[in-house]
Amino acid sequence: MAELRALVGVKRVIDYAVKIRVKPDKTGVVTDGVKHSMNPFCEIAVEEAVRLKEKKLVKEVIAVSCGPKQCQETLRTALAMGADRGIHVEVPESEAERLGPLQVSRVLTALAQKEKAGLVLLGKQAIDDDCNQTGQMTAAMLDWPQGTFASKLTLEGDKVTVEREIDGGLETIRLKLPAVVTADLRLNEPRYATLPNIMGTN
Amino acid sequence: MLRLCGGRLAAQLGSLHGSLQKPACGSVRGVLSCIDPSLGLNDVQKEFQKVAFDFASREMAPQMAEWDQKELFPVETMRKAAQLGFGGIYVRSDVGGSELSRLDASVIFEALATGCTSTTAYISIHNMCVWMIDSFGNEEQRHKFCPPLCSMEKFASYCLTEPGSGSDAVSLMTSAKQQGDNYILNGSKAFISGGGESDIYIVMCRTGGPGPKGISCLVVEKGTPGLSFGKKEKKVGWNSQPTRAVILEDCAVPVANRIGNEGQGFLIAMKGLNGGRINVASCSLGAAHASVVLARDHLILRKQFGEPLANNQYLQFKLADMATRLVASRLMIRNAAVALQEEREDAVALCSMAKLFATDECFTICNQSLQMHGGYGYLKDYAVQQFVRDSRVHQILEGSNEVMRMLISRNLLQE
Repeated sequence: MAELRALVGVKRVIDYAVKIRVKPDKTGVVTDGVKHSMNPFCEIAVEEAVRLKEKKLVKEVIAVSCGPKQCQETLRTALAMGADRGIHVEVPESEAERLGPLQVSRVLTALAQKEKAGLVLLGKQAIDDDCNQTGQMTAAMLDWPQGTFASKLTLEGDKVTVEREIDGGLETIRLKLPAVVTADLRLNEPRYATLPNIMGTN
Repeated sequence: MLRLCGGRLAAQLGSLHGSLQKPACGSVRGVLSCIDPSLGLNDVQKEFQKVAFDFASREMAPQMAEWDQKELFPVETMRKAAQLGFGGIYVRSDVGGSELSRLDASVIFEALATGCTSTTAYISIHNMCVWMIDSFGNEEQRHKFCPPLCSMEKFASYCLTEPGSGSDAVSLMTSAKQQGDNYILNGSKAFISGGGESDIYIVMCRTGGPGPKGISCLVVEKGTPGLSFGKKEKKVGWNSQPTRAVILEDCAVPVANRIGNEGQGFLIAMKGLNGGRINVASCSLGAAHASVVLARDHLILRKQFGEPLANNQYLQFKLADMATRLVASRLMIRNAAVALQEEREDAVALCSMAKLFATDECFTICNQSLQMHGGYGYLKDYAVQQFVRDSRVHQILEGSNEVMRMLISRNLLQE
């Protein structure tokens, strides 16, 4: 549907290639001065949303990130990949540690309703906490159907067919929009942002 | 979950368990704070540096050994790079370029060179050629030649050196005699990177009398009768790019293909080289950065005399020296790049100093990293030897480091 708006959540996490170190007081891992980037599964979600827009099945891709001001870097990456707008829900550094799936789902729920999104695309889990909860909680709060661990997504009219990777193999379900879908590894291969696109985010 | 089928994410997760054999793809993105190449850059620069690093580690590093050993010219990979805007980085956007600064270009080449130094060096030469046409060509030439070069649908080569004129470039002898609407070219060029594969040859030739003012710059297209190539040279490094002599025998080139005015050719060639020197030095930087990361990882992993090599003070100090010289080289290059893009009067001297310093230091760093690897460093299974071989020639071409000293001393001693 050319009127469909996709809301894509993107999380800023410690870069996958960094060797993690535990803080001396054992309260967590060292994040100061450590390289961060967009959660790889969120990249896959952004890529899928942009592909849907290129196929003219989605009208607008809105990227959202919750956290301190550095989240704007992550939003910039999403814009460079092809998202139309970025929304930064600012959470001060001091409170950011207590931000978890429950809080983020509440934010996404409110934004999905405010922005009148018909599709919420998320990564299946973040590589720092591995919670695998935000997508499911958001769907429950919105009372929308959910297609998690998606390895294939097909939009047709007001339905979305999702092929899911589950423990027993592959499962195909069909959801009526609006719906929440979480991206798994094999959904797509995210594009590199091009220089013109990166310059355009300035 | 670790099924390595397609998906670059799968490759990322796989490389976390990589062995010594893997090039520095994973750890180059990590934090090694003092040598982090993103320090001092703005947000946008960090963004495209990240893209360049990702491209290098995913599209180039896994294949750099094969490209070297089989002497493959990685056309498809370079075209993918061009799609991201790396084909005409500092070329104006109305002809397909990315219209970025010299500093931006240096950052990008440095990152790409960690994936394959030889291929990145060729990409930088290509960029230099497109810029020359963009800057000095007329509108018709810009719109004819630049777009397919920016997309790397076509490749370009820079032809200045001859068998009889290397450092003494001004003494070149390839002649171009005007006959009607054409120049008839006779002569040969040596050591041309991309020779035989490129579609566009930027040839500096003599249209007038002796000296620099007699030299003009012509675009010769592949397939022109009278244009032929020598054998593919067998080299110590830079094996992912073919190097051949370019032979011109009564080769007729339209006068419309002349870039700039008659007699302007040497100036155009030298202006191209100023940027080219920063670019090639940036490639050395990438090789050295990757080598330092590889050395560091090896020192942590390898044990002798009951402890990791990293506990040995000599090696700790050696690594510190390598890192210090790496950062010094990087600062010189970036400083020179800024001077060039601001068209400062000291730009030429700074570019020469940066090229001289960085190519020498970075080769030494790569070589020292190889030494730290012990016997393993000498095996082609390990990437460090390729960084050594590829960066060696940077001390020789684009103006040898001896010529750099000539330019610097001339600047110091001029009245």
